[in-house]
Amino acid sequence: MSLPDHDMEPAAPVDGSASCTLAGARIVADPSGAILLRDARVLVVADLHFEKGSAFAARGDAWLPPYDTSETLARLERLCRHHQPQRVVCLGDSFHDLGGPGRMAAGDLARLRRLVARHDWVWITGNHDPAPPSDLGGMAAEALDVGRLTLRHEAATGMVPSGEISGHFHPKAAVRTRGRRISGRCFVTDGHRLILPAFGAFTGGLNVLDPALAALLQPAFRVFVIGKQRLFAYPHHQLAPEPPRL
Amino acid sequence: MLDAAQRGESALLIAPTGGGKTLAGFLPSLIELAGQGEARAEGLHTLYISPLKALAVDIQRNLEQPIAEMALPLRAETRTGDTPQSKRQRQRRQPPHLLMTTPESLALLLSYEDAPQIFGDLRCVIVDELHALEDNKRGDLLALGLSRLSSLAPQCRRVGLSATVAEPERLARWLSPDGKGGGVRTVTGDSGAAPDIKILETQARLPWSGHMGVHALPEVYELLRDAGTAIVFVNTRAQTEIVFQELWRINDDNLAIALHHGSLAVEQRRKVEAAMARGELDAVVATSSLDLGVDWAAVDLVIQVGAPKGSTRLLQRIGRANHRLDQPSRAVLVPANRFEMLECRAAVDAVTEGTLDGIAETPGGLDVLAQHVLGVACAGPVDPAALYDEVHKAGPYASLSRRDFDDVFDFVATGGYALGNYEKFRRLFQTADGLFTIAGPNVARDYRMNVGTIVEAPTLKVRMGRGRVLGEVEEHFVNYMTEGDTFAFAGRLLEFVEVRETDVITRPGRGDAPAVPAYMGGRLPLSTHLAVRVRATLAEPKRWRNFSGQVREWLDAQLWRSVMPSADGLLVETFPRGNKQYLVAYCFEGRNAHQTLGMLLTRRMERMGLKPLGFVATDYVLAIWSLEAAAQVDQLFAEDMLGDDLEAWMAESSMLKRTFRNVAVIAGLIQRRHPGEEKSRRQVTFNSDLIYDVLRSHEPNHILLRATRADAASGLTDIRRLADMLSRIRGRITHRELERVSPLAVPVLLEIGRESVYGAAIDELLGENAEDLVAEAMTGSDVKELPLV
Repeated sequence: MSLPDHDMEPAAPVDGSASCTLAGARIVADPSGAILLRDARVLVVADLHFEKGSAFAARGDAWLPPYDTSETLARLERLCRHHQPQRVVCLGDSFHDLGGPGRMAAGDLARLRRLVARHDWVWITGNHDPAPPSDLGGMAAEALDVGRLTLRHEAATGMVPSGEISGHFHPKAAVRTRGRRISGRCFVTDGHRLILPAFGAFTGGLNVLDPALAALLQPAFRVFVIGKQRLFAYPHHQLAPEPPRL
Repeated sequence: MLDAAQRGESALLIAPTGGGKTLAGFLPSLIELAGQGEARAEGLHTLYISPLKALAVDIQRNLEQPIAEMALPLRAETRTGDTPQSKRQRQRRQPPHLLMTTPESLALLLSYEDAPQIFGDLRCVIVDELHALEDNKRGDLLALGLSRLSSLAPQCRRVGLSATVAEPERLARWLSPDGKGGGVRTVTGDSGAAPDIKILETQARLPWSGHMGVHALPEVYELLRDAGTAIVFVNTRAQTEIVFQELWRINDDNLAIALHHGSLAVEQRRKVEAAMARGELDAVVATSSLDLGVDWAAVDLVIQVGAPKGSTRLLQRIGRANHRLDQPSRAVLVPANRFEMLECRAAVDAVTEGTLDGIAETPGGLDVLAQHVLGVACAGPVDPAALYDEVHKAGPYASLSRRDFDDVFDFVATGGYALGNYEKFRRLFQTADGLFTIAGPNVARDYRMNVGTIVEAPTLKVRMGRGRVLGEVEEHFVNYMTEGDTFAFAGRLLEFVEVRETDVITRPGRGDAPAVPAYMGGRLPLSTHLAVRVRATLAEPKRWRNFSGQVREWLDAQLWRSVMPSADGLLVETFPRGNKQYLVAYCFEGRNAHQTLGMLLTRRMERMGLKPLGFVATDYVLAIWSLEAAAQVDQLFAEDMLGDDLEAWMAESSMLKRTFRNVAVIAGLIQRRHPGEEKSRRQVTFNSDLIYDVLRSHEPNHILLRATRADAASGLTDIRRLADMLSRIRGRITHRELERVSPLAVPVLLEIGRESVYGAAIDELLGENAEDLVAEAMTGSDVKELPLV
């Protein structure tokens, strides 16, 4: 079995995280779906999709439980408490839609403001939230450079970047083991770019073998699948495609 | 029946098939309509509801004849999902005298504002095949619909038609206008000649395990050759395909043998039914898709391949043969393995002695109630108190508390979340007069798009090349296939090519054995009643005299090597094998309950440090293997596993999540996906598992989680049956520590690898895969340990 040259270190058993290098920068992938750029004390999360539940209720499409925002916030608070980053970068689609901040419950809003105020907070703009709310604090940007890495919402097309971190696609991957198919959110990287899983509580996913995603990656990419406690690394050729859905 | 009709009483007619039940149901209406002569009013007089569209159509056709003979200027029409839009609209403006429809179509009709006009003059509503409706969600929906009808047309009486059942008083309660059994006269039809049932004593070797019954098919073929027309019933769709293929392989006489199951394309099923009706077929291999339905006079033999799983079901299947009351129906049971031989014997004894399976009474689903509440609101403003009174009169909801009703109502209005976040997105508004009305026409439109209680697993169309559709398979079946895999479907061997959009593209397969063992469709667990009989048979060696030599030998060997399970206790055997320790529990509570038990026991064994590795459940037995041997078996099976362990397991159980998905769709939390709008509505397809997780951690008592738990108690997890067993066996567990596998344990061990095996938690499976890979890379060969060496 030949491994791609950007091989990742084995998943660390202690906190379930895994690490890799991207354009020479050391990156720690956390089982929560976030990454840490430890040297720079930066925490990065993608696709929070705050107020997704209420977006569906507002359209009359579904009564999704209105707890997704507070659930996502709680995960984010825990993460910040644990890692104490200096800077937090949200890679876009932080709100499910432009009306999201307006529908946010007062308590959740206050929690979010406190969290933002405690960090150097960056809202990368996404297709769901082209204009992040101005009254939450933090700064908005289309992209951000951290050292040699570029952070943006959606992977840039038509080029092989040198060190790009993005979200947008909500990658997930499936493997078959013992006749069972197990799938989960995942990080995916080809050594040049890294795409983060969605962090939000109600966010589904797109199989990394989907052409839309695979087209962005060098053929020999790898994934870190998020298990219950830790990450599991797989090369692309061990992954299973998505079953068709009606 | 006529007498009940003249007194305006509701009536329940219980008779075996072929007793002319349906006509008896209609007769009073025809007489009344005929008697009215010129004075006959326009408008809907009698509503007929059947669980099957095909039956509604057939009844309508059959009524044409007496109507013509009596020269009555009556209109009898059907209304189902297939009825053209223009006809449906006309039916609302000018209802026919007699309307044949389904529970879903009735619910739709009741949701229109003109429902009071459509149903105002209704005199009679007939529910056919009531036994197939009373214990499920379609029945819940119908019961609520009947209650609504009684409010719109208080003069309307009800008629229920049912096959023979264990507890007629339950059906009477279901049917009664007060939900408690009042005002219903029960009429029991002549049961006719006792059926002639035999069990096939095969000359071949009776298999230790497996469910297909292929060993006996040459003998089945002989029976078919000597019979006129026969139905060969089997238990699963996969089995239909295999039995069908095998019968054709040995079909030297070119008998006309057809195939019928729920996954086949509708046109193909109709074709088979029509050929059957014309008497052109010698045999049809079928699943429960033929349990109900149109009567065929010509059938003179029913063959059941595989154990029948319940005596009521067996009786109904036997009833499909010979629709003449004065002659016995002929049936032959073909056990597929040794345990099934015991079960077949128990089933024959039960039918002979006239004991049928009881069904545990389940209260009406709260998800169905939510759907109904919205439907009523679509028809006009609702007063919750009045609606509660009405709902309360539906049998399945007779014990519904006002609190549950209010929670359901609140769910329909605002989602019912404690936070009340969705107040501003209400679906129901309270008007100045205190009534609740829908927020807009889109609410009614969405309701009508989502009506019904049947939530299908996502399916894919099976196509030959890019051409014709052969039928449908569940999505999860396709998940495991790769190009070149062969499987049996629609009576032929197909090779999997690819999945394109929502189609499975196939080509004709080569070779003669399908590589993929195929899908499970339609498997019922062993009934409690038969389980009791099987245990009693095992416990009493003098009852074994009727068994063939090979079965007796097997049972005698068990007595010699271990003991027999007792009639009301539990036998647990433990023994080492290979480098693993096995525990086999002879519970006889059906696969669903055994699977739940397997999940709970492995959790507990994990905690006890026994390092469980996996388990397999059959209808009769549960086997668990672990690294350390289980001791303290009493403690292992203690009832308290239904407390915290159950709660913890429910958090992650895929069965609970599947149950939740169904509940969420029926209740209207998630909208159904409709063919043709997959693309445009992709944004409203959710991962219901994520919703379940979030809801469970933030509002564990939400009405939909309550509904999910109630469903789980009787459905896929069969928790109630498990609870009954655990309390029954307390202090009655016999533990045998054996040196090796016992004869009775062989069948379940052989199922390992054939049945789904439930193993370690997700993380361990993922980890194991990774370790496999390391081993593979290190040794360069595929080292796999077989479970049974």
